[in-house]
Amino acid sequence: MKLSREQVHHMAELAQLALDEEELTLYQEQLSAILEHFERLQNLDTAAIPPTATVLPLCSVMREDDPSVSLSLEDVLANAPEAEEGCFRVPAVLE
Amino acid sequence: MRLHQLTIHEARDRLTSGEFSAVELSEALLERILAVDNDVKAYLTLTPEEALAQAHAADRLLGSSQERPGSLVGIPLAVKDVLCTQGIRTTAGSRVLDNFVPPYDATVVARLKAAGAVILGKTNTDEFAMGSSTENSAFFTTRNPWDLDRVPGGSSGGSAAAVAAAECLGALGTDTGGSVRQPAGFCGVVGFKPSYGRVSRYGLIAFASSLDQVGVLTRDVTDAALLLEVIAGHDPRDSTSIGLPVPEYAASLTGDLRGVRVGVPREYFVAGMQSKVEEAVRAAVDVLADLGAEVHEIGLPHTEYALSVYYLIAPAEASANLARYDGVRYGLRVEGESLREMYTTTRGQGFGPEVKRRIMLGTYALSAGYYDAYYLKAQQVRTLIKADFDVAFEKVDVVVGPTTPSTAFRIGEKSGDPLQMYLSDVFTLSMNLAGICGLSLPCGFDDAGLPIGLQVMGPAWGEEQALRTAYAYEQATEWHTQRPVL
Repeated sequence: MKLSREQVHHMAELAQLALDEEELTLYQEQLSAILEHFERLQNLDTAAIPPTATVLPLCSVMREDDPSVSLSLEDVLANAPEAEEGCFRVPAVLE
Repeated sequence: MRLHQLTIHEARDRLTSGEFSAVELSEALLERILAVDNDVKAYLTLTPEEALAQAHAADRLLGSSQERPGSLVGIPLAVKDVLCTQGIRTTAGSRVLDNFVPPYDATVVARLKAAGAVILGKTNTDEFAMGSSTENSAFFTTRNPWDLDRVPGGSSGGSAAAVAAAECLGALGTDTGGSVRQPAGFCGVVGFKPSYGRVSRYGLIAFASSLDQVGVLTRDVTDAALLLEVIAGHDPRDSTSIGLPVPEYAASLTGDLRGVRVGVPREYFVAGMQSKVEEAVRAAVDVLADLGAEVHEIGLPHTEYALSVYYLIAPAEASANLARYDGVRYGLRVEGESLREMYTTTRGQGFGPEVKRRIMLGTYALSAGYYDAYYLKAQQVRTLIKADFDVAFEKVDVVVGPTTPSTAFRIGEKSGDPLQMYLSDVFTLSMNLAGICGLSLPCGFDDAGLPIGLQVMGPAWGEEQALRTAYAYEQATEWHTQRPVL
């Protein structure tokens, strides 16, 4: 399974990662080798096998809706790179 | 014996009898850290002031006749830096979280504190726990106390090295594919990954949510039982933590193996593994038989697929979990012309090479056109791997094999070849995929004097069986008493 440069570039776009040309070359090689190793999975016939997403029995976990104290606004914003008027500040989305 | 070399249970007995104070014990550990951590580099952040304040509080409890002290009162421990600690920098080994100070404690940290423990600091880890050597830490590589030119294993390499080098009495780690057991094996200590759902993950910086589990690293099996007893149990803040009662694990350590059925999987002895490792593990199985265990050869036929399954599922989950590092609410922000450019440059510059590699791999496995061939396929084969263990545990109580195919490798030896690095986890990945528990404990040394790990696996919720088997072996051998010279 040889990945094309376009595929690697597309993955970086989907993952919101700015990669330079050198990184794209490296990942193209390394990910191709890793995916080739994974080809062995295709030897197994799994048509009748259900997927496992979690080992726990799937069920909805419910709790009482008891109001309680949550983090203060100050605590929530303390790690923000930029905050203003009690909000996280980001570059303009719409001009 | 010097104070820093004590086990948790030895220190607890002597604190209770008043032989020394909690402050004296913590001071001894802080001195030990000053003396050796320049070489070992186990800690990312030290918290001596907080530790001494906790030790003073412990002494007050120990001296009080009214209050019954918690089970870890005055015990100095270390915490892997992927677990949130209120008011203490928590980096996950990443530049992205270089200055992140959590506003709350992870549930496991809160439970240690409630039991009276003293927290000495935060230990090094591969970035976001992705790695097998700590070489992927954005800050520095931790060294193996048995040979400073070798890796301690990873990702909980800082915790394993700190325990081995007597820079704490025990530590918390996390294990997504072997990250507690593999470094425990490399550093000659005990590392225990409980069943998925046994321990709360609230406040654990997420890597792969269907596989992540908090575990413990200690100098003997008794200590592992004591620490697990404190951190295990249901947490309303983690809906995947299960409401089963927590047994008194230490009570399961009887030393008696009569009637215990031990399975030895033939797939765990493969061509290319270090011969001394195979020899030591086979000898350990003989010891178990001498202690009265019934040994059965078993098959875990899908073992050869575990690596591929793991390295599709874990990166897929990671690619989703790590989407949150976007420079908005916490962590690094690299400014850009637009919001999107701010996202992509923050992530491109903030994440290290292995994290980016896994995000890319996971994104590919989940992307349109490849989802069925990779991600869905991996989940189907995960079902087969889990079924292998279900069948095995109908016939046996525990499964025993090597923790790793070889002992600790040299720093830099595998860092250029991701696939070779991944292969060092080949015997530990399956337990996370199946959700079962696994413990590594020392079972010998190779010709270079490096520790060899024996892995004891129990079924889901079978922590007692694994602990009981490991304890009986430990009591019959001397390996756990060996310490590196620093």
